[in-house]
Amino acid sequence: MRFVDEFREPELISKAAEEIRRLARTERHYRMMEVCGGHTHAIYRFGLKDILPENIELIHGPGCPVCVLPMGRIDDGLSIAQQSEVTFAAFGDMMRVPGTQGSPLEHKARGMDVRIVYSPSDALKLARLNPEKHVMFFAIGFETTAPSTALTMMRAKAEGIRNFSVFCNHVTIIPAIRAILDSPDMRLDAFIGPGHVSTVIGCRPYEWIAQNERKPIVVSGFEPLDMLQSIVMLLRQLSAGEAKVENQYKRVVPWEGNRAALRAMAEVFQLRPYFEWRGLGFISQSALRINDKYAEWDAEQRFAVPGIRVTDPKAAQCGEVLKGVLKPHQCKLFGRECTPEHPIGALMVSSEGSCAAYHNYEHRKAAMVSLNSVA
Amino acid sequence: MCLAIPGKIVEISSENLDSALVDVVGVRRRIDLGLLQDDKPVPGDWVLVHVGFAMSKISEQDAADQMNTLRMLGEIEGAMQEVRGYGLEDVN
Amino acid sequence: MRFRDPQIEMAHGAGGKASRKLVEGLFAPLLFGAAPGPLGDAAHIDINGTAVAITTDSFVVKPLRFPGGSIGELAVNGTVNDLAVSGARAEALVVSYVLEAGLSTHVLEAEVRAMAKAARDAGVRIAAGDTKVVEHGKADQMYVTTAGIGRPLPGVTIDPRSVRVGDRILLSGPIGDHGITILLARGELDFEADLRSDTRSVLSLVEELIHAAGPGIRWMRDPTRGGAATSLNELARDCGLGMILFEDQIPVRDTVRGACELLGLDPLHIANEGQFLAVVSPEYVDAAINAMSLAPGGSEAQVIGEVREQPAGTVLVTTLYGGSRIVDMLVGDPLPRIC
Repeated sequence: MRFVDEFREPELISKAAEEIRRLARTERHYRMMEVCGGHTHAIYRFGLKDILPENIELIHGPGCPVCVLPMGRIDDGLSIAQQSEVTFAAFGDMMRVPGTQGSPLEHKARGMDVRIVYSPSDALKLARLNPEKHVMFFAIGFETTAPSTALTMMRAKAEGIRNFSVFCNHVTIIPAIRAILDSPDMRLDAFIGPGHVSTVIGCRPYEWIAQNERKPIVVSGFEPLDMLQSIVMLLRQLSAGEAKVENQYKRVVPWEGNRAALRAMAEVFQLRPYFEWRGLGFISQSALRINDKYAEWDAEQRFAVPGIRVTDPKAAQCGEVLKGVLKPHQCKLFGRECTPEHPIGALMVSSEGSCAAYHNYEHRKAAMVSLNSVA
Repeated sequence: MCLAIPGKIVEISSENLDSALVDVVGVRRRIDLGLLQDDKPVPGDWVLVHVGFAMSKISEQDAADQMNTLRMLGEIEGAMQEVRGYGLEDVN
Repeated sequence: MRFRDPQIEMAHGAGGKASRKLVEGLFAPLLFGAAPGPLGDAAHIDINGTAVAITTDSFVVKPLRFPGGSIGELAVNGTVNDLAVSGARAEALVVSYVLEAGLSTHVLEAEVRAMAKAARDAGVRIAAGDTKVVEHGKADQMYVTTAGIGRPLPGVTIDPRSVRVGDRILLSGPIGDHGITILLARGELDFEADLRSDTRSVLSLVEELIHAAGPGIRWMRDPTRGGAATSLNELARDCGLGMILFEDQIPVRDTVRGACELLGLDPLHIANEGQFLAVVSPEYVDAAINAMSLAPGGSEAQVIGEVREQPAGTVLVTTLYGGSRIVDMLVGDPLPRIC
């Protein structure tokens, strides 16, 4: 696979790992946060922790849009679909996320019309082909995905497709990073910056992290060589006492971002004054809602939404894990009441949630006598 | 948040210039080029595909530059080690 | 551990953790009585001194026809294969159809012809059958169940408890073809690929393997729903050892790889209908691979891993650069993701 396989070349990966071991000062303990859930997933999928030295600690950040979605929002979306003839369309990532009355898949088992789509345009297509049904697209994602939702709504409006609406849960990444840095429990040395969000917002929005907070941040790709190279770049900055924004993912991320994507977002969305993030509480100016020009395609305007807040069980420590204060296995419910089969929090359901990743990919490795016997 | 894969534009629809057929090692799908209006790709270009939309063009030059940088990792250090071996070492 | 879920969900049929819970927590204790031992693909029983292997399988697939096959072929090959990997040669099948009222006779006939042909190709006879018809709206056009009876093959004993540290893990060919073909054939995700289901009888390949390496074969399984990851996890649990796979040695077609990357799926979790896994002792591995790779349909057979003590009860995939990850069973069906 072009532009994928080259960045997975084993020899080069070993070389990069060697360079990291050379650069990482043994007396120092480095705490680097990867913000984006996709990076969390990549770390586990490629087993990167196995080849990093012990004194580099990767801390998982809150960039998992499924994980930070409050349960009440899932309930709201599902309650709209309960109204007759409304089809609930969402990405596969949402299908097993529990609401108080069950997940979308469980609702499907009880008769609701629930469809998995790969693209918001597929949801619009469903509406186009089935004029007698109303199709509601349950939208999630950061700025990576928001432009695609926006463009889909623009197309719906242009075509005059009225049996389509969007339940918008798009959130923005910068407030999440701010919340991390504002958190008193958090001590971080550097950031591995989100790669795909940056194809839309560019690298400028991270400048305050370097200038005001004095933390290096490298916008990183998702292949093993991308992440390792980003860590090399961070180590070099830390060695030199620097703090700047660098773009490791140049082949795909433009420094100025994607103007057309930002225009589409501005056309359809506006910032909510505040939004609740599961585990992180209310954050102002951190989420998008559909503006009045597109009210007709806003599910929250077209349908009655209960808007009930659902608080997580007190024992669930999703918030601390999301902020990286706790490791997944340090949560009291991990592996006991909260497992992939019976998830309590979204971090155990989402494929990029740190709890699921840790449970599925990692925690039995801790029981291994020695990893040296591997490979 | 971030599953996006490089794909090659195989064909652009004649009826809708925003619709293109993309190929990923033999898997094909129609994608929307609407987010690349300011820098329209042509057949043969590689784009990053996320939820059925092209997010960005992939720069082959930048990819090649990156591979070169990666290949050189450790070579500079290798050269330094040789130099130190001759007793001509510089402070790191 | 008793089965406590209040209702049956799709996940319970996906072959993963939820399925296992249902089987072990409800069916096994009530149907099989106390401590039947590790559950296998087929049962080998003794009828008045004659050893007989017997198995059953239901086929529920949408769409009925897909590139490379149809429900008819699956119904025959699936049961022949279950018997084969239990170390038995299928002699006869019986088939049961549940048909939806309104099903076109043309469609039904096509499937029945496909079954007849698949049975001829597999060298097995269809001895008896049954039909029921249910109301329109049920049975997704048709459900097919087959049961197979066969003769245990000499020279091989399948028992997960016989697996030892140092044994090798073999795979007959590329994984993921069937599941991805079905996913694309459903049309919901709007992808296209030049890909076919791998449905076939693996009996002749199994017989070649037994002939060359019989005494060294510890265990075999056909990784259908739930994929190779599920089969190997079950083995790891049953024998208490670690299954270590070498990622670069697992055969996967480029197109399957591409589809999996696009959809965020792992080929190890995808269903196969024409492949099997075998665990073979080190002394017999070379003979095993040679025999399989020279046999028709076995050219892509590979050693994909080995059995170690740690991590116990777990499947671990390792890479050439020293990275590793656990591969667990999924809860239910693999779902495409965008994150």
